[in-house]
Amino acid sequence: MAILIYAESENGKYKKDSFEIASYARVAADKLNTSVTAISINADDPNELGNYGVDKVLHISNDSLKNFNAVIYADIIKQAFESERSNLAILSSSSNAKYLGSLLSVKINAGYITNVIEIPKEFDPLTVKRNSFTNKAFEYAKINSKNRQLAISKNSHGVIENKTSIQIETFEVTLASSEINVKSTEKASNKVTIADAEIVVSGGRGLKGPENWGMIEELADVLGAATACSKPVSDLGWRPHSEHVGQTGKLVSSNLYIAIGISGAIQHLAGINSSKVKVVINNDPDAPFFKAADYGIVGDAFEVVPKLIEGLKTFKSQNT
Amino acid sequence: MFDNKNFKLNYVFLSTKFYPLNIMKILVCISHVPDTTSKINFIENDSKFDEKGVQFVINPNDEFGLTRAMWFKEKQGASVDVINVGLADTEPTLRKALAIGADKAIRINSDPKNGLNVAKQIAHIVSSESYDLVIGGRESIDYNGGMVPGMIAGLINYNFVDKCISLEINNDSIIAAREIEGGKEIIESKLPLVVAGQKGLVKESDLRIPNMRGIMMARRKELQVVNAIDEDNSTCTVSFEKPKPKEEITLVSSDNVGELINLLHNEAKAI
Repeated sequence: MAILIYAESENGKYKKDSFEIASYARVAADKLNTSVTAISINADDPNELGNYGVDKVLHISNDSLKNFNAVIYADIIKQAFESERSNLAILSSSSNAKYLGSLLSVKINAGYITNVIEIPKEFDPLTVKRNSFTNKAFEYAKINSKNRQLAISKNSHGVIENKTSIQIETFEVTLASSEINVKSTEKASNKVTIADAEIVVSGGRGLKGPENWGMIEELADVLGAATACSKPVSDLGWRPHSEHVGQTGKLVSSNLYIAIGISGAIQHLAGINSSKVKVVINNDPDAPFFKAADYGIVGDAFEVVPKLIEGLKTFKSQNT
Repeated sequence: MFDNKNFKLNYVFLSTKFYPLNIMKILVCISHVPDTTSKINFIENDSKFDEKGVQFVINPNDEFGLTRAMWFKEKQGASVDVINVGLADTEPTLRKALAIGADKAIRINSDPKNGLNVAKQIAHIVSSESYDLVIGGRESIDYNGGMVPGMIAGLINYNFVDKCISLEINNDSIIAAREIEGGKEIIESKLPLVVAGQKGLVKESDLRIPNMRGIMMARRKELQVVNAIDEDNSTCTVSFEKPKPKEEITLVSSDNVGELINLLHNEAKAI
């Protein structure tokens, strides 16, 4: 009756999300008096999971699984779920985990709750808090079925170190067939992605034009941050759609979100609400963002941002 | 379970043989959601969403899908039906989809309750009516479950592309792009297919506002009401809660950005 987590890796390295859900599953397992098993596909060092409370790894090393395929991966997790006689599967909220999650829940007949942000309040029946209404509200949701599946929101639990004596087992699987073939992947390799970033620097229409994004990128560089933008900016074509943050764009749950020249429309705020610390820089003191942020500067972005970059460079040179 | 893939092949074979109009059958799933500017409140001991004064719209992610479906209809020939799982109050939203150009609307008379219930109801119609392509949204902007399209595909063994940001179809071959962290993945697959769409499937500027002719025509189009099949209760809502009011913002003078860096480092511990 172990709790099963899917420990996702990319090019052999575990994603931070995997350590976060391992930490989450550890806390849940202690409450349930059970153990944590991870299913892991083509990771270089499964022992690493032992730093975050995993008791056992079902390890698969198979070249034909090099590329992610939601159907085949979901079927493997199902095989692990059954072999562990588990009744609780825990996933992260990465693109791949969410892709396979809905397929998996049907395969294992599990009541499925996504966007989970806390350890369950109760386990029988399982009742847990989740984000709802695009971060404008929380919902307590209950699972009535015997098998249960949760997807944990990024950055909601955190990574907690917890050394366990880990056991690694080679897991033999049969591969399902799939008509989904990935032809190519286009990915900016040198950029921090909005999803994985600890810090996001975001620009709005207040920056007046795409030619002024140099300072946004420089600020992001100094902070090791990802860049993002408001909806009007992406609609105007100043920045790619993939940077659009808000209700119909990307949702950000970073540690720090810095909004520059963004007024703070309700749809934008919904998209960034689950970020931990919010900073606004805007010349309009009545911009709604000032009601939603933790720290703010009323001022001209073209004056404030260069000063901020200089200040941060000095700060970084003294603190590293 | 009913073996849809084989059925599908036969269907395509038969339809190419005997029917001159072998057009793709598309079903677009329409979620009926509060407008993005809505204030979110709850009633009945925080157990229910307060619909008073709230304007309902087609879920934005679904609207991108509907618009792409209209493109297939106009450029390549396809029939486009729309479907919603809900009670009678969702019908104006389905009428809007008809006014945009869908051919027929189906409402499955069931309280949506949870993602699996919605998926089961729709999957049943998809397999009995043998749709070739089902387009849903990445997630609804109210409950944000993000699971219905994948569950439909899982239930009836259709191919599935999540977070779909482009879709081309040539006979029964498809090329789609899926958004991933920091980029995209190009996928080749085949009909029958379910996609979870979002912005990118079409551009924001391609979205259509129904015109008067569309609205008039929509009144005469068929809106079929279907009874639900065995309703699912695997998950349910216990209660809702609104976020705590935000603490006052700490303002820093624009002449003193050093203070902001200090606060972010020492107080917020964010850098």
